[in-house]
Amino acid sequence: MNSNQLIEADAFTLRRRPASEKLIDLGFKQLTLLLASAVAIVLLGIFLTVFQGAREAISSFGVNFLITSSWDPINEQYGALVAIYGTLVSSLLAIAIAVPLGVGTAIFITEDLIPNSMREAIGLMVELLAAIPSVVLGLWAIFVMEPAIRPALNLLHILLGWNPFFNTVPQGPGMAPAVLILVVMILPIITSISRDALNQVPMELRQGAYAVGTTRWGAIFSVIVPAAISAITGGVMLALGRAMGETMAVTMIIGNALNFDLSLLAPANTIASMLANQFGEADGIQVSALMYAALILMLLTFMVNVGAQLIVRRLSLRY
Amino acid sequence: MTSSLPSKNSVDSAVQDTCMSLQNVTISYGKFEAVKNVFMDIPRGKVTAFIGPSGCGKSTVLRGLNRMNDLIPGCQLKGRIVFDGHDLYDPKVDPVEVRRRIGMVFQKPNPFPKSIYENIAFGARINGFKGDMDELVERSLRKAAVWDECKDKLRESGFALSGGQQQRLCIARAIATEPEVILMDEPCSALDPISTLKIEETMHELKRSYTIIIVTHNMQQAVRVSDQTAFFNAEAVEGGTGKVGYLVEFNNTERIFNAPVQETTRDYVSGRFG
Amino acid sequence: MGKQSLITYDNTTLFERRPLHFDPNLRRNRLNLLFTSIAGIFAAIAVLPLLLVLFHVLMQGGRLISVNLFTQIPPPPGLDEGGIGNAIIGTILVTMIATLIAIPVGVGGGIYLSEYSSKGWFAKFVSFGNDILAGVPSIISGVFVYGIVVTTRIFFDQSYSAVAGGIALAVLMLPTVIKTTEEGLKLVPQELRWGAYGVGASKFVTVTRITLPSAFTPIATGVVLAIARAAGETAPLIFTALFSPFWQEDVLSPIATMSVLIFNFAIMPYEAQNELAWAASFILVLMILAANLLARWISRLARV
Repeated sequence: MNSNQLIEADAFTLRRRPASEKLIDLGFKQLTLLLASAVAIVLLGIFLTVFQGAREAISSFGVNFLITSSWDPINEQYGALVAIYGTLVSSLLAIAIAVPLGVGTAIFITEDLIPNSMREAIGLMVELLAAIPSVVLGLWAIFVMEPAIRPALNLLHILLGWNPFFNTVPQGPGMAPAVLILVVMILPIITSISRDALNQVPMELRQGAYAVGTTRWGAIFSVIVPAAISAITGGVMLALGRAMGETMAVTMIIGNALNFDLSLLAPANTIASMLANQFGEADGIQVSALMYAALILMLLTFMVNVGAQLIVRRLSLRY
Repeated sequence: MTSSLPSKNSVDSAVQDTCMSLQNVTISYGKFEAVKNVFMDIPRGKVTAFIGPSGCGKSTVLRGLNRMNDLIPGCQLKGRIVFDGHDLYDPKVDPVEVRRRIGMVFQKPNPFPKSIYENIAFGARINGFKGDMDELVERSLRKAAVWDECKDKLRESGFALSGGQQQRLCIARAIATEPEVILMDEPCSALDPISTLKIEETMHELKRSYTIIIVTHNMQQAVRVSDQTAFFNAEAVEGGTGKVGYLVEFNNTERIFNAPVQETTRDYVSGRFG
Repeated sequence: MGKQSLITYDNTTLFERRPLHFDPNLRRNRLNLLFTSIAGIFAAIAVLPLLLVLFHVLMQGGRLISVNLFTQIPPPPGLDEGGIGNAIIGTILVTMIATLIAIPVGVGGGIYLSEYSSKGWFAKFVSFGNDILAGVPSIISGVFVYGIVVTTRIFFDQSYSAVAGGIALAVLMLPTVIKTTEEGLKLVPQELRWGAYGVGASKFVTVTRITLPSAFTPIATGVVLAIARAAGETAPLIFTALFSPFWQEDVLSPIATMSVLIFNFAIMPYEAQNELAWAASFILVLMILAANLLARWISRLARV
């Protein structure tokens, strides 16, 4: 690409070398500017495509789309409440489980509690976990994880069955296994961002804490974690965004229910799974309804991600 | 404030009451020896200064005195440091307990990311302080000569203060836990001359109640604040790549600066090297 | 006694003072042990899934490896035997298309952000937009490409195609490539650029001959990781590349990929298909782990 320009510049101008060099310089700069604009174009393109596709559904269903739960292709009635509720519940529950696990692991591998080689080994394993494709985790969840945890879920149902959140008999795919596989998927993000944040806490601050006579965990809880808290929060927000948009593993294990059910042991649905399942075969207003759901998912993740960026950016002012 | 302190001016300087005793201390990082064979009896209730050129191990020794070196992987100490009848490096000794009784102020001001009030109260609380916290905060800040600048913004972040004020906040934080010894690792090196002067005044006050050990690059500062001075130097070792620090001379500050025994000390204090 | 009296402080009695000995029964030491154990258990839980997934993929998939797996196409539902040869080629092809799009655009954009932008609003916007684009769910990028490529049939009136899948993956790779290029270039010492200007090099020559080559390692590491991630992506491909049970003939028709194959075959009620899903997982995971180790090796190379 660059050599093309070089020839072109030479051929057109026939000037002395310094002039062509200037042209190349300018051309190259404009080229990189154009390529950098691709980000803006793609981002805008995504929004416009989805919005354009959703317009028909927005005008037909309006706000009702958000609060009704019928998904009926035959009568062309669409409401995304099941999927929206599933998206929020699955991602928030996953975050609630993954944050203590991830931050705890990060502390374990940054705060000099175990030998260096073990810390690196654990760190490497967590990073490799992030590299496993979502669809492979989904396959594992279907054939290994879900059968393995079903007895435990059954026990939950027996013990807490009086409660609407556990009042269905677990029979395979459902919200609970989907939450667990989401935990597996976002754990590496939370762990690695927390680890970086903890590593950036200045040594002097640790020394200051130890010098007034704190124990190791006293220093961790009262000085080190508070100093890293905004970066950790940013990482948690990023993980939340990821959990909301996570598609494959969840689609394969959540059951893709069309009906609303409070129970965590029953099949459920998320916006992303609904898209993955129905988009290929949909036509007419169903495509538009799916686009509408995609728009909602985009706005949700957009808000979460902007929040994460603001938190992370504000942090760099502190230390 | 000072009237509440028991009078200690009557202490006869001839009676050398040892606070910490270093007995053949050698500190190494991995295979590399940073400082070796240090013998020293640090007197109680006085200011002892460690001076010497860069890399002579004076800060390393200072950090060894409250087991701060434990935080540096691979750092090892041989020999004994006796404090209150115990060898601090006895395996049965709890370093947390050691640091509660031997406080420290660092080269760079390092207030906690908390309010000014909490910066002081935090250490006191974990040391099991049972008294009136407001009073302790005020008294500590007064002792560190930073009360006037802080009294109207106790709830603001410690970072809201200037560098010199932050360092005095860190001194207040150290004295709030009522340690017996305060270690200061070049506490003024990051500060301007006026802040330095204020901290030196603070040290003169503190000397009445605490044993202070200060590492300084600045020889005038050693003369101004200390009673005793230890001069460290570094020499190249045969076959080694780096230099190893050692204690050259330890005596009354006046003697060190006016009539040193060793020639290297004379050269150093007269500015011929370092 | 006399010595002790020299250091009585005004409020020593207000503090708990203990002997210097370590006391394991002290509340604070017990809590310390408790929290260390909890953190250790959490770390064990965090690495457990990786070990289990790897174990099952290697065991379930590894025993199915045969020549047929690479040379044959999937059997029709209900029949046995067959392989995933077309899906392996498809994954490689679609990932290559994505790489060919994402690398020039991403590296160029990264060069702009690091070398040319004067920290104006546009650069800030691109940089912020890049972080946002990185957070866009992968399925949305599929929806996007479905909207602009598949339904519009802009490529020779073809709808689902390998190219459409490649573009969708490229959208996912782009933010990573831009970010690693920008950060890699920012690590290049300023003196190196001054040196090049000093001997009279133009900015173009400086960037392409001096700055970019010195940042090769971090950029290559990031690019390899981005490719590895794209190779395992499924969501953007389901309704862009679609799937095909046959050998591929051109890049403008639907194409099989290993990831979509795993998705489709995992939820089929036939044992033969389920087994092919495990076999494809085995190959995909090996490829991705190899790419990750390669990336690590590249970045280690730089440190020497």
